[in-house]
Amino acid sequence: MARVSNFKNMFLCLLIICFGGSALLGGVYLITYQPIADAQTAKVSQALAGVLPEFDNVPADEAYRVQVDGRYVTVYPATKSGIFAGAAVEAVTTKGFGGPITLMVGFKADGTIYNTAVISHSETPGLGDKMDPRKSDFSLQFKDKNPETFKLAVKKDGGQVDAITAATISSRAFCDAVSLAYTAFRQTAQKGGDQ
Amino acid sequence: MNKLSIITKGIIKENPIFVLVLGMCPTLGTTTSAFNGLGMGLATTFVLMLSNLVISLIAGFIPAKVRIPSFIVVIAVFVTVVQLVMQAYVPALYETLGLFIPLIVVNCIVLGRAEAFASKNKPLDSFLDGLGAGVGFTLGLTVLGAVRELLGSGAFFGWKILPGDAVLVFILAPGAFIALGYLMVLFNKIKKA
Repeated sequence: MARVSNFKNMFLCLLIICFGGSALLGGVYLITYQPIADAQTAKVSQALAGVLPEFDNVPADEAYRVQVDGRYVTVYPATKSGIFAGAAVEAVTTKGFGGPITLMVGFKADGTIYNTAVISHSETPGLGDKMDPRKSDFSLQFKDKNPETFKLAVKKDGGQVDAITAATISSRAFCDAVSLAYTAFRQTAQKGGDQ
Repeated sequence: MNKLSIITKGIIKENPIFVLVLGMCPTLGTTTSAFNGLGMGLATTFVLMLSNLVISLIAGFIPAKVRIPSFIVVIAVFVTVVQLVMQAYVPALYETLGLFIPLIVVNCIVLGRAEAFASKNKPLDSFLDGLGAGVGFTLGLTVLGAVRELLGSGAFFGWKILPGDAVLVFILAPGAFIALGYLMVLFNKIKKA
């Protein structure tokens, strides 16, 4: 029933199938392009609302990327009635146990941590994934701490952070990302805010 | 063969997971919870139905030597459609299933049904065959996911039933093998009876 497998037939057959497929995908992409962009924006603004003190600007519109110690972070400055209220910093660490961990860390104007949120991680379910505030209280201990006086390292390493049981590597990675975020905050966002 | 038996064949007699033991990578990888298993199963079912339908329609025009490449392109197109749609409308599920969605392309069940059934049968029968195999796969994934979630995190579809941490190993990879093994035994016992 199938056509003869000569060069012309095979060439035409694959050409038509690929063209048809591309056309269909192009159509679907056009339809889903906007919802996908919206979903991603919604995710960022939801995370921002959770980690920042009160603000009335749109931090996502004023976001900028900076390089700190060779790593890139995104800073979302927040203002209330034009006055610097703090900033959220999205930092990625590669020191996780199962892959990169992306955190959103919100700072008040004076550098105190307001709140943290895990944007993405691939830590072991049941162990490292307790960094998620829905699963354990681990991340809550960073609230209202100023990294100036609060040593961002697990107790095993001489710091002040209570590590997640059986997930020291994940806890260390979390501290690493928070420190990176704080360094970025000190170097960029807070400079404008102090004056 | 009547239409109904084409569907039920994929669910019981030739269940992709418990009987054919195909598509083990997503089976073991995504079933950490019942909801993830269900989501992965439905995505695969969608791809199976449409790729079976389209392949049975075009099989007559495809020269034998480029059959497999043509099938793979058709399957990949539908998988990408699923990926885009999921990303747009259920981003949370897309994030948990992540890498496994593009991997549906190389899922043995999809290509297996295309080769073994769709390329030789009528469009409607092929569509139903895809539906049957898909439902069988979804069922297997959901049951496995539910068992692992219940034993591993003491919950059912996200509802916490048992307090505490439960038996963690069932959420991890070894637990997937153990749970799947016992479910296979159980399924085949029931099937024989």
